[in-house]
Amino acid sequence: MSLTVDIRKNFGSFLLDVSFTAENGITALLGASGCGKSMTLKCIAGIEKPDEGRIELDGRVLFDSASRINLPPQLRRVGYLFQNYALFPNMTVRQNILCGLNREKDRAVKEQRLQDMLRMMRLEGLEGRKPHQLSGGQQQRVALARILVNDPQILLLDEPFSALDAHLRDSLKVELRDLLERFGREVLLVTHDRNEAYNMSREIAVMDAGRLLCCKPTKELFADPGSVQAAILTGCKNIAAAVRVDEHRVDVPAWGVRLETRQKVEEGLRAVGIRAHYFNPAAPQNRFPVRFTEEMEEPFETILQFRYADQKEGSAPVWWRLPKDKRPAQFPAELGIAPANILLLYE
Amino acid sequence: MSFDWYPLLNSLRIAAISCVLVFFTGIFFAYYAAKLPRWLKGVLDVILTLPMVLPPTVCGYFLLLIFGVKRPLGMLLLQFGVKFVMTWYGGILAAAVVAFPLMYRTARGAFESFDKTLAYSGQTLGLSNGYIFWRIRMPACRQGILAGTVLAFARALGEYGATSMLIGYTPGKTATISTTVYQLWRTNDEKGAMFWVLINLAISTVVLLSVNMLEARQKKAVKA
Repeated sequence: MSLTVDIRKNFGSFLLDVSFTAENGITALLGASGCGKSMTLKCIAGIEKPDEGRIELDGRVLFDSASRINLPPQLRRVGYLFQNYALFPNMTVRQNILCGLNREKDRAVKEQRLQDMLRMMRLEGLEGRKPHQLSGGQQQRVALARILVNDPQILLLDEPFSALDAHLRDSLKVELRDLLERFGREVLLVTHDRNEAYNMSREIAVMDAGRLLCCKPTKELFADPGSVQAAILTGCKNIAAAVRVDEHRVDVPAWGVRLETRQKVEEGLRAVGIRAHYFNPAAPQNRFPVRFTEEMEEPFETILQFRYADQKEGSAPVWWRLPKDKRPAQFPAELGIAPANILLLYE
Repeated sequence: MSFDWYPLLNSLRIAAISCVLVFFTGIFFAYYAAKLPRWLKGVLDVILTLPMVLPPTVCGYFLLLIFGVKRPLGMLLLQFGVKFVMTWYGGILAAAVVAFPLMYRTARGAFESFDKTLAYSGQTLGLSNGYIFWRIRMPACRQGILAGTVLAFARALGEYGATSMLIGYTPGKTATISTTVYQLWRTNDEKGAMFWVLINLAISTVVLLSVNMLEARQKKAVKA
């Protein structure tokens, strides 16, 4: 099972140029809003037509500009979970799910599969309700039920949790991940939320301004984002332009420091990133005097902002984030960081 | 002599038939105009809305230019026994042209506020475009389309200018409520004129009340 996408579409103000292959399992498309993630899904589903390129699903050509193939969405067998779930408001839960069974002509089979799905998605007793009479979580389950009875070969999820209250999100994430594992086919998850991408996916494709920056296994991406945009999207708070000195050292002019790295520094380095969690007052390496400027409290963590002694005027302060119980009573005069925690960012 | 109810009957059938015509053509144009490129949509929009802002007599004048019995199209139609000038069913044409923009614009507004993802999700589920249109899009836009239909009906019922240009006033043949009011008033039958004015007022009030009720329900539906 695999999905191959290689498409271009010109929107005047921006160019969508995406090419990737996704194999079994959940792949996340991570990017800021407006970067073309949803547009990519729409092209795969056949709702939007790319200017050129090719889309192939399990060996079936869905779109190919060269041989003028452009299957209508009805024939693509692509399940699409919209951000707002797109339940038909004039139909009951039962009618909505039956819409997904429109290919099945045998009434008895239809009814059987409907009942199975209602049971599987814990929707029994809600058959007669209209969508607006359901909670957000129930709406999501109905939308998924409607898609799954349709037996799609791939599932596209567009920001599936954005319409839900924060407290519902985490429990539904676990539920959905289990369901998708049972589904056992290709899943493409679009999100701008790094935690969601990390929780749910095996691989992450990072998108920025219509382009695909990289596609890596999830943990690898967070450990080594490789580019400035990917570092920002994976939540790296401290990013500054950097100059290569030699294989294991870089200069960061804005911070006025020279950092030692464990990773080999290649030519063409653009910046370094340091995740706010990784500063350590006890670390012996990359240790420099600092001056604390601001503190911001969160429920369980605290953010301390500081400036390096030789930091340039006008550059952004550096963030150190730590659990509240680890906050030192007295601010340390120096902070260090392990060379392994310096992210090298190219592009 | 029994009272002549012909104008009421004639007005109602003209309004009803033109309303049905306008219902389908209005929806058709509203649906397809939304899919056109922007500049073409702008041009089409102006042409389709013109009858709403032009004086109805000007619309009637244009209709005479096209369907007059001495004009090519009028002559051609006459060969098939169809004559829009001075016939009651010519009134359908006049009323439809004037009422069309109301249906078109209201339906377009309803379609524009329709959540496109509903149609998209229907397509990805394999539902046919016809099914999506009639079973998902139309029900979702129901209130707006109903309001447009009612407005078009009311406008067709009250049509005077284009009607009087095209079909004139012949008692028992082409007379409608509006042309009868004018005729009776002109011939100093104030009581008769007043009677038809009251009938017209009654119908229009009912129509407008139902529009308001529909709009209120639409607002409630949107909130839910």
